[in-house]
Amino acid sequence: MSIETVLSIKPVLAVLVSLLAIPGIISSRSQNIREAWTFAAAGIKLLLVVSMLPIILDGKTINYTLVQVFPDVGISFRVDALGMLFALVASSLWIVTSLYSVGYMRSLDEHSQTRYFAFFAVAISATIGVAFSANLLTLYLFYEILSLATYPLVTHHQDKEARSSGRKYLLYILGGSIGLALPAMLITYHFTGTLDFAPHGVMAGHINSGLAMLLSMMFLFGFAKVGIMPMHSWLPAAMVAPTPVSALLHAVAVVKVGAFSVVRVMTGIIGTGVLADFNINGIICAIASITIVVASLIALSQDELKRRLAFSTIGQLSYIILGVALLSKSGMTGGILHIAMHAFGKITLFFCAGAIFCATGIKYISKMKGIGRRMPITMTAFLIGSLSVIGFPPCGGFISKWHLVLGTIESGSLIFLIVLLLSSFLNAAYFFPVFYNAFFCSADEVLFEDRVEEAPLWCVVPLVITASISILLFFYPQPFLNLASLAVQTIMGV
Amino acid sequence: MTFFDGDSSLISNLPAIVVTLPLFASLIAGFLGWKNRKAPYPIAAVALFLTFISSVVLMIQVMSTGVAIEYRMAGWAAPVGIVYVIDHLSALVILLITSIAFVNFIANKSNIDTVFRNKAGAFNSLYLLFTAGLLGMTATGDAFNLYVLMEIASLSGYALIGLGSNRAPLSTLNYLFLGTIGATFYLLGVGYIYIATGSLNMADIASIMPKILDSSMILFAFIICMVGLLIKMAIFPLHGWLPNAYSESANVAAGLIAPLTTKVTIYIMIRICLTLFTPQYTFDYLNTSDLMVWLAIGTIIFGSLSALAQKDYKRMLTYIIIAEVGYMVGGFFLGNRIGVSGAILHIVNDAAMTLALFMAAGIFMWKTGEESQESLKGMFAKMPFTMAGFTVAALSVVGVPPTCGFFSKWYLISGGIAAGQYFFVAALIFSSLVNAILFFRIFEIAHFEPFKDHHHHSSNHSNKGEEASAHDTHEQTIKEAPLGMLIPFMAVSILLVVLGLYSGQIVNNIINFAIPSSIL
Repeated sequence: MSIETVLSIKPVLAVLVSLLAIPGIISSRSQNIREAWTFAAAGIKLLLVVSMLPIILDGKTINYTLVQVFPDVGISFRVDALGMLFALVASSLWIVTSLYSVGYMRSLDEHSQTRYFAFFAVAISATIGVAFSANLLTLYLFYEILSLATYPLVTHHQDKEARSSGRKYLLYILGGSIGLALPAMLITYHFTGTLDFAPHGVMAGHINSGLAMLLSMMFLFGFAKVGIMPMHSWLPAAMVAPTPVSALLHAVAVVKVGAFSVVRVMTGIIGTGVLADFNINGIICAIASITIVVASLIALSQDELKRRLAFSTIGQLSYIILGVALLSKSGMTGGILHIAMHAFGKITLFFCAGAIFCATGIKYISKMKGIGRRMPITMTAFLIGSLSVIGFPPCGGFISKWHLVLGTIESGSLIFLIVLLLSSFLNAAYFFPVFYNAFFCSADEVLFEDRVEEAPLWCVVPLVITASISILLFFYPQPFLNLASLAVQTIMGV
Repeated sequence: MTFFDGDSSLISNLPAIVVTLPLFASLIAGFLGWKNRKAPYPIAAVALFLTFISSVVLMIQVMSTGVAIEYRMAGWAAPVGIVYVIDHLSALVILLITSIAFVNFIANKSNIDTVFRNKAGAFNSLYLLFTAGLLGMTATGDAFNLYVLMEIASLSGYALIGLGSNRAPLSTLNYLFLGTIGATFYLLGVGYIYIATGSLNMADIASIMPKILDSSMILFAFIICMVGLLIKMAIFPLHGWLPNAYSESANVAAGLIAPLTTKVTIYIMIRICLTLFTPQYTFDYLNTSDLMVWLAIGTIIFGSLSALAQKDYKRMLTYIIIAEVGYMVGGFFLGNRIGVSGAILHIVNDAAMTLALFMAAGIFMWKTGEESQESLKGMFAKMPFTMAGFTVAALSVVGVPPTCGFFSKWYLISGGIAAGQYFFVAALIFSSLVNAILFFRIFEIAHFEPFKDHHHHSSNHSNKGEEASAHDTHEQTIKEAPLGMLIPFMAVSILLVVLGLYSGQIVNNIINFAIPSSIL
């Protein structure tokens, strides 16, 4: 299979541009100049990513090796359809989140905002680095940088709760990556002699079934950012972070880096052939299904809005894993597409949670009765976001769920079809009460005066943007859908 | 490279100059110190700088010609005379010694001025003497001369440590006893080798080795040499002298001795095993791998767990050093090319990491006057640049890419997998996780707890404004270390990343040539 490759330094620049903005962010004398650096970097980053899009849609890949650190492995970048899809999501949502961050952080008068924006820039660099990694070593490098850069963001409040959450965060994320993913990577390297992502994996013919199973599990649990149970409990704990962090990092960048890493390893390292031959994919599907159902059930009982969203994220991430592990064409398309579709929906929901907190200081769903009268725009966006996550038309989430459902039928595993339908039902069950109570609760239950008072404009505009994109993606899913099917073509070889 | 083409006498004498320059400077600094307290420092600084430049030239020379430089002392040919051999391995270690000695010396100028105000001559002289001893140990190709230089380094090392805190003399005495026992064992081993082969020249002995593989005298010599060196490198359970000696010594002395002593001793072990006893004897005939790797595993586990129990920052570092000794010894005795490469690469990386951590210790001491980890409260807000450098060094010890610690660990683990030593692999992973706990414990103190006595308890959002203002007052009072300390420290922490990214080049262009081709 010959894929035309283009040599270009653009992927490296796309990774570095936000890092290069950091001296500017740190040294700025005023808040406005500091934020200007962030927006400049975010804008350039998006332009760089978008400028590579036509080449990728053309079926080519972009390669660049920065430095050769081991005889056969270097710090190398490679842009393909899958990486492009993820980078596109992350870099476009960084701009929106930066807008939102400005509103949120300033209206709550948060401390250490410079540190906040600086580490945010590092985190987004690392995310793009993961998306554009050409091999497992490079991916691991950026994965670790992301883990460490998000620690100061998660523990931003520097209080007791932040401290214990930070500990939990590191225990799962760093413990998983050093304790499981790193040795798995080295064992893979020893047996296969390469760590490059290949369209059909590199393990075939080098590794026996037992070891392949062991390594797959080490990768699946080692990349704990994907939040597969039982490696999930860092995510609800990490909700102590300021809401923009939860929004971008814990609905989009960090958790999707986990999902992306697992997808990359399953397809590019282990290989779909090995997954199918040794029946590893069945086990992965089962683990993902358990996570989907259990996380949704737990979400039902959460009263704190951000925690409910966190458990919802845990479930939705496993959709991605399940879809890819089904190993059917539609399933894989749906899984990959879900990286993008879920991102826009979930970030809207987090933005709404933050806007509610900004405007009213309320975190608990039980205290949001009648809030729709006070914040109609926010709550409408909330409805759109939840519809997208549940998978209702006319929202982007429907497209990915549709493919996922088709995928279960294609692969003939009806049990997973039931899992998906059950989960959608549960998603509706934990989202609709929020919306329903916000608008339609009885008059004596209403906790708010009948007066519209939204969060600051900087908070409202971003959530309107992401909600609109969520709807737009239902009608025009092409950029992401094309990339997803291109990625599946490369992986499945059809 | 016309610079090297002419038979310039200065260039051709470099192997001798690199050792004798600090040696003579040491004498001059010592004498002048009596006359003028201010004279020794600049003399030592210039001497260390010139030594550093010489070692860079030597490295370039070895790399560009690809052949070892053999230097005959006073023109006597081997095996009768003493030869200094600068090959890829020794050039690398010499470069390491000179750069660490120089950087540590420059970074600690103000420390030296205040702590050793009345002992300027003695201190500067000992510092140079110690450096000269290590350089000689590394360069020499003569087994007995190695002993002599080892004693020069050790004695000046004891004295340097003894200049430290009030309890330092006692720790030094302990170190002196064990160090002398170690050196004596080594000397005894050399004696047996001399009886068996009639030679003291390493290359000469190596050429005789194949004929006397069965000799019990050689076996005894090997064992006793190894035991001597293992004491000197503080492998578990022969480590007792190290923690006290290093943590009681003055920061500037610790910054020189801690990164270099164990590492140079490990270099000597590699040198003795490869150049003198030959790989054939060490790995194939004796089959030492299993025993030594298990010793290394014990050291790693012990060092890591002991580090976990320390409340004092410098003492914690000393146990990390012990664990790292296990990394290198284990890596070398895996006996395969990847493992040996990892051990040699880790000599360089670990020395640089340890230097950075001890330089950080110096800055923390300067700032707080205390050594407990608790004294680091609020440091991220107080000294953001120092803490950034410290974070890089800590992550390098944990083994996070792209810092250099990751890459040597990569080779060590790969070597372990290739040799089927899965317990060694597990020990390395375990140690990485423990190191993560160790350093994040410090990060937590420095990140969450406010500087000094400022307390704030608020965690709910109602008094967030108050909390924010409390933080803001901390941020406004950033007070970094003086630039003379900070710049060298930042340079070293950047170097940790550069070393990491260039580890491929270091292995391909230097370490590959340093390992005999018989090791696969």
